[in-house]
Amino acid sequence: MNRLSWFNTVSLTLGFAFLYIPMIILIVFSFNESKLVTVWAGFSTRWYGELMQNQAFLSAAWVTLKVAVFSSTIATVLGTMAAYVLVRGGRFMGRTLFSGMIYAPLVMPEVITGLSLLLLFIGIGLDRGVLTIVLAHTTFSMCYVSVVVSSRLVTFDRSLEEAALDLGCSPIQAFGLVTLPIIAPAVISGWLLAFTLSLDDLVIASFTSGPSSTTLPIKIFSAVRLGVSPEINALSTIMIGIVTVGVITASLVTKRASIRQRREEQEAARA
Amino acid sequence: MPETVFAPWSDPDARPLIRFQNVTKRFGDFTAIHDLTLDIFEREFFALLGPSGCGKTTLMRMLAGFETPTSGRIELAGKDIVPVPPNKRAVNMMFQSYALFPHLSVWDNIAFGLRRDNMAKDAIDRRVDEMLKLTRLGRFARRKPHQISGGQRQRVALARSLAKAPKLLLLDEPLGALDAKLRQDTQFELMDIQEKTGTTFVIVTHDQEEAMTVASRIAVMDQGEVIQIATPDKIYEEPESVYVADFIGDVNLIEGRASAHGEGRFRIDWAEGQQPLIAASRLEFAAGQQCHLAIRPEKIAISAERPSDADNAVQGRVHDIAYLGNLSTYHVELPTGAIVKAQTANTRRISRRDFTWEDPVWLSWTATAGVLLAN
Amino acid sequence: MRRLVLIAVPYLWLLALFLVPFAIVLKISLSDTALSIPPYAPTLDFSAGWEGIRSFFAELDFDNFVWLTQDDLYWKAYLSSLSIALVSTAITLLVGYPIAYGMARAPEEWRPTLMMLVILPFWTSFLIRVYAWMGILSSEGFLNQLLLWVGIVDEPLTILNTNTAVYIGIVYTYLPFMILPIYAALDRLDGSLIEAAEDLGCSRLTAFWLVTIPLSRNGIVAGCFLVFIPALGEFVIPSLLGGSGTLMIGKVLWEEFFSNRDWPVASAVAVVLLLILVIPIVLFQRNQQKQAEADQ
Repeated sequence: MNRLSWFNTVSLTLGFAFLYIPMIILIVFSFNESKLVTVWAGFSTRWYGELMQNQAFLSAAWVTLKVAVFSSTIATVLGTMAAYVLVRGGRFMGRTLFSGMIYAPLVMPEVITGLSLLLLFIGIGLDRGVLTIVLAHTTFSMCYVSVVVSSRLVTFDRSLEEAALDLGCSPIQAFGLVTLPIIAPAVISGWLLAFTLSLDDLVIASFTSGPSSTTLPIKIFSAVRLGVSPEINALSTIMIGIVTVGVITASLVTKRASIRQRREEQEAARA
Repeated sequence: MPETVFAPWSDPDARPLIRFQNVTKRFGDFTAIHDLTLDIFEREFFALLGPSGCGKTTLMRMLAGFETPTSGRIELAGKDIVPVPPNKRAVNMMFQSYALFPHLSVWDNIAFGLRRDNMAKDAIDRRVDEMLKLTRLGRFARRKPHQISGGQRQRVALARSLAKAPKLLLLDEPLGALDAKLRQDTQFELMDIQEKTGTTFVIVTHDQEEAMTVASRIAVMDQGEVIQIATPDKIYEEPESVYVADFIGDVNLIEGRASAHGEGRFRIDWAEGQQPLIAASRLEFAAGQQCHLAIRPEKIAISAERPSDADNAVQGRVHDIAYLGNLSTYHVELPTGAIVKAQTANTRRISRRDFTWEDPVWLSWTATAGVLLAN
Repeated sequence: MRRLVLIAVPYLWLLALFLVPFAIVLKISLSDTALSIPPYAPTLDFSAGWEGIRSFFAELDFDNFVWLTQDDLYWKAYLSSLSIALVSTAITLLVGYPIAYGMARAPEEWRPTLMMLVILPFWTSFLIRVYAWMGILSSEGFLNQLLLWVGIVDEPLTILNTNTAVYIGIVYTYLPFMILPIYAALDRLDGSLIEAAEDLGCSRLTAFWLVTIPLSRNGIVAGCFLVFIPALGEFVIPSLLGGSGTLMIGKVLWEEFFSNRDWPVASAVAVVLLLILVIPIVLFQRNQQKQAEADQ
């Protein structure tokens, strides 16, 4: 492969600097001794210590985690079903409406989704709390899951399912023993996507949460509205760290697996 | 002891394993299978042959249970199987793509169907080992499908579909993904395994050579209908229609008008100013009836002089020579402008070939060499 | 039977939690504000039977929509949202295209890593990424310190709480959405096409203009919609980085609902925003469909 021209080198360097410098600054200043986030006063992990003492943040984090686990799990089940229906369901009454409802939440402004769900919950007299956030998050993240899973299902060789039926599986067994294990990576990434979306969501959670169920983004938002604080920097650093480790691990694992698979295929072809 | 010929289709008392009765299958406005009736007998190696889109795959998928006929009846051993779902049929299928489960080892792929029957563990072990031995895959039992070669994958697919000892095995273009050399070896292997296991095989293929090699009988299909069902030699030597004659192998088709010419013989007037051709036929043709004489290139002799004893002889000029190594096909242009192909075996080295481009030659054949076909 | 269950479960879920809520928004947007709980009238009273439903529909009207046209806050907010979304989409394209181009031209073995580096920010919290700019753009922030130190400016610039900060925030947070589709289009582009163009007498630049740009058009269009559509209804960025002068419709809706507790007007704002969004969404869908057809 040819080497990068100076133009490409410059645009890549500047581009990635733009993407990463803000986060690096954020991380660096989380280790700042001073309360002033913009003036460096020496290295300290003081803000991490204070964060660990902050009950409000800890309980918000706990609520967020609960919501994320429940909503992403339900969303994965529903989203996978929806993907299966879209790709394999054939024709049925209201199919267009169904696919419309799958794609619309992806482009719907969060303020509208949040508002409409809140009005529903009030309308049916459902008290706002963890349950309502879970319902709201499940609804929009199942659509993301279904997009991820259906893009995998489209390329899925249908004869694999037919072979399973042919060898004596009931349709449900065929799905469990053949389809699901093969599309598992897509289902898992769908779950991860739903989980992250739920962790990150501020707007919809603000509409659908009650006083007893403040999530972490709501807490962060109300804190940063008042200005920059080193505690938030520390919290952000922890969150960025978890995501970075997760994404890098995941990409290394998949890269290794694909390299191994390719090598084995080459060996098999040569033999 | 004289060996009895395997030909249950000519025995009026034999009961077919599979019987299609007036089966029609429509997809929306498209008719994939039109009013088809067909018998397949036990232990047969039956080939469905036709161009893509002729309905052969639909026919096979109806046997496997993936499609239900729009109307008609499909019997397996005397029972209507139309309402039976694919997983409850004693029919297994080998898929064109092999459809090996990528997340399971070769061993687990073969055991997959057996496990669905709740077979005892040691019985499964025995059966899988038997299948591995039959297909010579013992060394690869622990490998995953992506770790073995294409030919080995094909054998795993075969072993997997045979493991449940089905009454009927369906093979959908089983050799389509293999290269030419491997394909030939595998054809013989397939025949061998079919003989050993005594299973009835139905194979779908668009490759006429493959069908000719492996099949006991061939059904030639076109546009949702069976055109002719016969043994490979009958299909080749006695095609019943221009379509079959043209589809299988190379053929010269000469159009003309028939008139009786003695016992079982007909005279064909085929071109102004040319001597009529003589052909034997069991069919009856009315005087002046339009007909086609179908004659295979290898049944036409080519010579420099007019042979004295030939029933038919025409003169022409060598227009083109296709050298195929073992054979040469001469494209001879007749005075009428028509091209007739004649094939000879290259028993001598090419430098000593008798004819070359533009040479005047005589083509000759006997009255029984060709088949006379009505339109 | 099984198929029915499979279809019904996600279908009913979406009907109940997506379509019905939206119908409620539509209905409330046609109601009048009332000092009651819930704070709007009329409410549907099924106990009164047909008569109740009839009188309910009779009381619905378009007053709130008329109100939106009368108070200039709203249409100014819509216009300003459109212009902010449009301008920031254009800037994102200008910033994103060279990056996507550089990625597509990078050595094969770097590309997965570069891809990962683009996707990584997407997995990190949106809120945190916006927050990161608060510390940079404030008057004593990192950027001003740098500019003062280099000597470009004499006194700190006011960037935070202006529209400029909003542009920066949108470009920053939505950049991956622009890069990825363009990269995908450029990655598929056959390198020999450029060589053919150069062979036929194009200069590098004309080859880029006549071959690369048209062939990556679908990626550009997809990227622009992926930035424009969410930017239009954006709430977090204008409320953290924007100032009191930054008018964006997402923020207006939020304040109408949470601060003024005027549910009917908030609902009307939402309905109009959605009507505006229908156009780019339909165009986007058409572009995606064309792309899918071209791929086949």
